[in-house]
Formats: sequence, C-alpha cells, structure tokens
Amino acid sequence: MQKRAVVSVVGKDQVGIIAKVTTVISGNNINILDISQTILQGFFTMIMLIEINDPSNLETLQEKFKPVEQELGLKINIQLEDIFQAMHRV
Amino acid sequence: MPIAFTEIQETIRMVEMEHLDIRTVTMGISLRDCADHDFETVKRKVYEKITCYAKDLQTTANQVAKEYGVPIINKRIAISPAAELLGNATKEQAIELAETLDKAAQTLDVDFIGGFSALVHKGISKGDQILLDALPEALSKTERVCSSISVATTRTGINMDAVRQMGQIIHETATLTKDDNSIGCAKLVVFCNPVEDNPFMAGAFHGAGEGESVLSVGVSGPGVVLNALKRYPNADLGEVSDVIKNTAFKITRAGELIGRVVAERLNVPFGIMDLSLAPTNAMNDSVAEILEEIGLERVGTHGTIAALALMNDAVKKGGAMASSYVGGLSGAFIPVSEDNGMIRGIEEGALNLSKLEAMTCVCSVGLDMIALEGNASPETLSAIIADEAAIGMINKKTTAIRVIPVIGKEEGETVEFGGLLGRAPIIGVNQFSSDKLIQRGGRIPAPLQSLIN
Repeated sequence: MQKRAVVSVVGKDQVGIIAKVTTVISGNNINILDISQTILQGFFTMIMLIEINDPSNLETLQEKFKPVEQELGLKINIQLEDIFQAMHRV
Repeated sequence: MPIAFTEIQETIRMVEMEHLDIRTVTMGISLRDCADHDFETVKRKVYEKITCYAKDLQTTANQVAKEYGVPIINKRIAISPAAELLGNATKEQAIELAETLDKAAQTLDVDFIGGFSALVHKGISKGDQILLDALPEALSKTERVCSSISVATTRTGINMDAVRQMGQIIHETATLTKDDNSIGCAKLVVFCNPVEDNPFMAGAFHGAGEGESVLSVGVSGPGVVLNALKRYPNADLGEVSDVIKNTAFKITRAGELIGRVVAERLNVPFGIMDLSLAPTNAMNDSVAEILEEIGLERVGTHGTIAALALMNDAVKKGGAMASSYVGGLSGAFIPVSEDNGMIRGIEEGALNLSKLEAMTCVCSVGLDMIALEGNASPETLSAIIADEAAIGMINKKTTAIRVIPVIGKEEGETVEFGGLLGRAPIIGVNQFSSDKLIQRGGRIPAPLQSLIN
C-alpha cells in the first residue's frame, strides 16, 4: 500500500541538517517527493513529503533519526499525510 | 489540493506544544451472553470475553498513534451494566465480579474498565440492589473498576430511594478508602440522563442500544483552544465563538480519522466521536483558563456561566460539522481536581459549590471530581445528588455527580489524589440539614415537557 508521510524537522540552524536527514531517508530506500524549508522565529524548519510502502516501517525510520536528532539537537517527526488532510480539508 | 506548509506547522504545533491528544479510545463490549445460572461460569465467560475482544487494543492504539503522530493517552473498556448479570448473585459474588473485571483490566494493561453499573432511574431490580450493596467494597477492593449509577431521567423523574442509597454508598466508599484520601469515590458517578456511548470514565458503560462491540473515541484539546484564542485578544464574542468552532472542527477531524483507523484494525465498528474539552493537570491544558481568556479575571466570577455557555455551544457546533457521528457527552468537562484553573478559582475564593452547580446547567456534565469536607453526612451527599439530578431532569440534559467526601479533612485543606486525578481544595457543605427530604423517599415525578420555562 503506497502512502505518503510528512517528515518535519525543527531545530537551531546549523551546517549539515539537510544532508544528514536526507542521508537517513535515502539509506532506507525512501523517495522524497517534496521539500520545503524556512527559518521561522530563528528556528530552522524543514518539511518533507516522502513516499512509503508500509506504514509500520515509520517506527523503524523514527528510530533511525534518533542519532541525527541527538547529534544536531533537532526534533524530527514523521506522520502519515492523512492526518493533515483530515484536519485541514473539508 | 496539496497541504500547505503553514497547515503542517499548525498540526505539529497543536500536538507538540498545545497538548492536542486523543484522550481515550474506549472499546465497548456487550456481556449479555455471559449470563449463566452458575456464577463461576459467569466470571469465567466475562473474563474470557473481555480479554479476547480487547487483546490487541493497547498495541493497535499505540501503533496508530505513532503512525499519525498524535498521542492516544488512555485505552479503556466499557461493558454492559454489570447489574444485568447479577440477578441471582449474592453480594459476595458481585464483589468477585468486580475483582474479575479488575483482573481483566490488568491483563490488558488498560487503566480503567467502566460499567460496574446499574440503571435504577425508575426502579431497583434484584440485580441492581445486589450491585448497590456491593459497591463500597467493590470500589475499595479494586483499582481499575469504574461504576456509574443512573438515578434519574427526564422521562422517569428522580428515584429518590436510589438517591438516598447513593449518599450512603458514597459515604461508605469514602470511609473504606479513607487511608487513600477516599479515592474510591473518584471511580463512582451518579447520573441523570446518562448516555450509552460515552467513552469517558468514570461514566462509561456499554448501553443496551449498542451492538456486540464498538470502538468510541474521546478527543480533547483545551490547550489548543486556549492558544487559538490567545491569538485574537481583541475579537468580539461572535468571533471568539468562531475561533473555538474552527478549532473544535480540526480536533474532531483528527480524532475521527484516528478512531476509524483503530476500529478498522481491531475489526470492530466505529462508534462515536466524543469531542469534549477535558482538562489535565498539564500547564495551559485547562477549561477554566479558556473561560478566563474569554474575559474573566478568575473563573467563578460573574459572567462565568455566559462564557461557559458560549464555549460549550461553539465546541458542539464545530464537532457536529466535522463528524456525522458525534455523540457521548460532547462539550466541556469541568472536573475541579484535574483543572489547574478551577483549583486556583476555588483557592482564591472566586469559585464555590453553588457556582459549580450553576455552571452544570450549561455544560456537558456536572459536579465532577469535587472534594468535600469529610464530615458531610450521607443525607447531605444525597441532597447534592438530588439537586444536580433535578437540573438534568428539568433541562433534558445529562448531569453527573462525582464528589469525594474526604474523610478526616476539612474545608480549606487540600487533598492530593496523584496522577491523572490531580489535587483538589476541600469545599465545605451547607451546615443545614436536608435529612427530611431524603428520608421521605419515593420518586420525584417526571416533569411536564411542554409549557417550558
């Protein structure tokens, strides 16, 4: 079952955030559909849309982000896209 | 239309900073087929049915919460009113049934199992009476069993015999659990006009009109509503209502999606969405603070009822637009011990028992998690129940009473219940007696439903 998920990355701006996060994603053979990124109130904020085959893999992916989160002091969330559709689209 | 950056941010902010959560997924299970002439068989069937139907509730709910990034705080079970199984039982057997339910809840690792209940709003059957007799001991000997008793409805009036008994039962439960701040009473609700599909404890049970098994969802987000309002400090009250409505809509939509996914994976029908603003002791997760944001210096002052009415109605309107299966008690809960703003209101003298009673005329439930002085007599407790039931009966709404007379404590002291149940300042009761009213017994007739005033 093909599904889309949203990866959000928030943290203090620094060198290498995008590189390290996308390395984890490509390392898991996941395709990125869209990236947008901005600096919001001094915080680096990046949102990526990714394609996933099995939603139960999200947990493993979340685990794999842990070292990056710790190393760069980031908060990384992965959520299925449906939740945003449900909340914001009638 | 693709989802915008700001919308994604909004959702993340709601969850990460404003405590948006799915407060509970509650699986209702019918136990009517567990009746048997042999009570050991009844207990075995009950235990087996509950642990079989709900065996994946915890894991599935946790998995879905992770996938969608919205936490599901509580997983709970609601069963058919237990009095239906107790027709031929003894009091001791009724207590054993409560212990069986407790064990099932432990096995499933759910924090509460609701439905050790009886519906006695018109009359008390043999099984009902056994359950009432067993209640104080059942509640003091178990940890996770919740009970609700219906003593009144708009169509039947108030069963004052049951009300009298409930005063005594609450008092006895408080006494039996006095070493633990009378905590047994926190698991007991007395209802007028109970709803059959309420997923929130302690009043959840699986009503007679429900199917074999059903999954209902309770969503909450006072923090989200509070933060939304803070962004419009100068809005007029129409706009305030609109902001609450929009927020309630989004919260409900998130809840319904997640509820439906959990229900589908557990292979049970989706029941209802209960959108209730239910506070927690977390910072800024308070219904009272929303009322204060609307414009009160402290909750309980003049204008509180108006602000609460506005908020409650806006929540319902947003919820009704978002889901076609809104049910339960949807609106606002105002449990005192679980709401930092309410606690402060009482401590600072702005809020008292009379105002709390008045507030229940316009909100979802009733006198909830209110700690009373320990020497309140059973008759006084009954009279408080009768007052609250009368409000529900006349106004065709659900009201509930969950009061905790804390044995050994007096007005002005504070009691700590710990965990989810929070802490509460002890409230004094009126020193004049209501004994004669309660001792009369009988039934207060059902009200006329036309000529409404």
